Amino acid sequence: MNDGIRLLDPTAETSPVRRGRRAPPPALEGLTLGLLDIGKARGSTFLDRLESHFTGRGLDVKRYAKPTNTRTAPIELAQTVAEEVDVVVDALSD
Amino acid sequence: MSAHFVVVAKRDCPTCDLVQPVLHEIAASCAGLTVYTQDDPTFPAGLDAIDDRSLEQSWRLGIETVPTLIRFEDDAEAGRTAGWDRAEWSRVTGLGLLGADLPDFQPGCGSKSVDPGMPEILEVAFGEPPLAARAIDVHAPEDEHELCFSRGWSDGLPVVPPTPVRVLRMLKGTARDPQEIVGVIPPNNALCTVEKIAINAVMAGCKPEYMPVVLAAVEAALEPGFAMHGLLCTTYFSSPMVVVNGPVARRIGMNSGVNALGQGNRANASIGRALQLVIRNVGGGVPGGIDRATLGWPGKYTLCFAEDESDPDWQPLGVERGIAPGASAVTLFGGGGLSPNMDEGSRSPESLARSLAMTLNSIGHPKLVECIDAFVVLSPEHCRIFKEGGWDKARIKRALMAATVRPGSELVRGAGGVDAGVKPELVREAMPKFREGGLNVVRAGGGAGLMSAVIGGWMASGPRGSSPVTKEVEA
Repeated sequence: MNDGIRLLDPTAETSPVRRGRRAPPPALEGLTLGLLDIGKARGSTFLDRLESHFTGRGLDVKRYAKPTNTRTAPIELAQTVAEEVDVVVDALSD
Repeated sequence: MSAHFVVVAKRDCPTCDLVQPVLHEIAASCAGLTVYTQDDPTFPAGLDAIDDRSLEQSWRLGIETVPTLIRFEDDAEAGRTAGWDRAEWSRVTGLGLLGADLPDFQPGCGSKSVDPGMPEILEVAFGEPPLAARAIDVHAPEDEHELCFSRGWSDGLPVVPPTPVRVLRMLKGTARDPQEIVGVIPPNNALCTVEKIAINAVMAGCKPEYMPVVLAAVEAALEPGFAMHGLLCTTYFSSPMVVVNGPVARRIGMNSGVNALGQGNRANASIGRALQLVIRNVGGGVPGGIDRATLGWPGKYTLCFAEDESDPDWQPLGVERGIAPGASAVTLFGGGGLSPNMDEGSRSPESLARSLAMTLNSIGHPKLVECIDAFVVLSPEHCRIFKEGGWDKARIKRALMAATVRPGSELVRGAGGVDAGVKPELVREAMPKFREGGLNVVRAGGGAGLMSAVIGGWMASGPRGSSPVTKEVEA
């Protein structure tokens, strides 16, 4: 761990320092969707509504939940989500 | 003309301690005296020494030894002496007899500003290091090692984080301008400077003294005849193999002996890895992207070794390929897989050549001919059999070429019940396994073991694809 360290870029510097978000899929049809409840209040309400929308479109949906919102997802949960679904919606709420 | 004196000292120096009375003599004169102290702000006592534990002033003044006395006239340096030498201190100060009770002479100690590793730290902190690469700041709790992985800078193993100080140290390993363009790196055809190579050499774990070899390896990879782009794109196994010849191999501690092709030697491991990281990071050649290898092989992490040149009768690879004896060289070969030949029964050169030919013929596929080059890495015990039979390298190569010619009847489609093979019309031809010049023999390995290694090349060896390239290593 460090208190602040500077590194020199080993690449040809053709991409920006701040990495962009991964591009969303062009369509959801044929994909499996994950809905991850991060454990904050009423997050599940939001996810219930999303699930009904998605299933109404005939999409496959799987539900997941973090044990607590105070910590990052356990590795096993993250790996399970990565293994089982193509797209994930993290539910923020309060 | 007004004179002013500067002295740089440290408590942890007996000579600095010795000259304390002299410093008071100078301070008592009409000239001004400024004392910088490198380790203890209370030393020397009674002189209002300026704290230079940061070593900024020591670095700016170019101090190598303490104590150092410098005379300034109108803000320009007009004289300097290091250590204690009464005559010199009297000359520089012009104050006559100084330190009457001291011995005439006592050498000084090393300045903390020139402790190993310090010059680069101080140059980065206070100077203008010749670094142009984009800086990326990492802040806690982010881990710099993890950042190197997450940005895709790693071959899968941890890399040394390329800090400016480490890169500056790496650049001290070459006299070349950090911003010199070494070449255009495939597959993205990115311009590559000496600095970018140094950054990747740091990450690979190189020491600065490896830089001339790394630079030569990168330059060799960029020769059109090596076809680095194609070698990277292929579905075949191959990737650059680096063979180092000449005195540089011993100077940087390369391994040509026990386990020469294996792990455990820093120079062998990191030079080959540095080349791979340059291709990956500067060129953008990543597996699954432009690198389409079906399986790859562990040599794609690194494959670099020195040839054993201990036998004066053996012609080293570099010399064979036109480098002057006594000079150092790297030879790159698109190696793709290692086949062992363990022959403990052959006692004659003729038998051993035929035996090695069996292994050579299996490269790629036993029915593939004239498309793959090869390197035979002969162990000392196998070399001894050839040497005792009076065979030199040229004769070994001729015998291997002859022993790898096979009748077309064994190679045509369907022969041996195998569908693969050469065209049926070649059934009466005698087919050489290797193109002329496609077989190379080098010497390496531990002293015990009647075994050698065959390293096959790319499916597209030779002029239509990749040929070995040799470059002299700049001293």
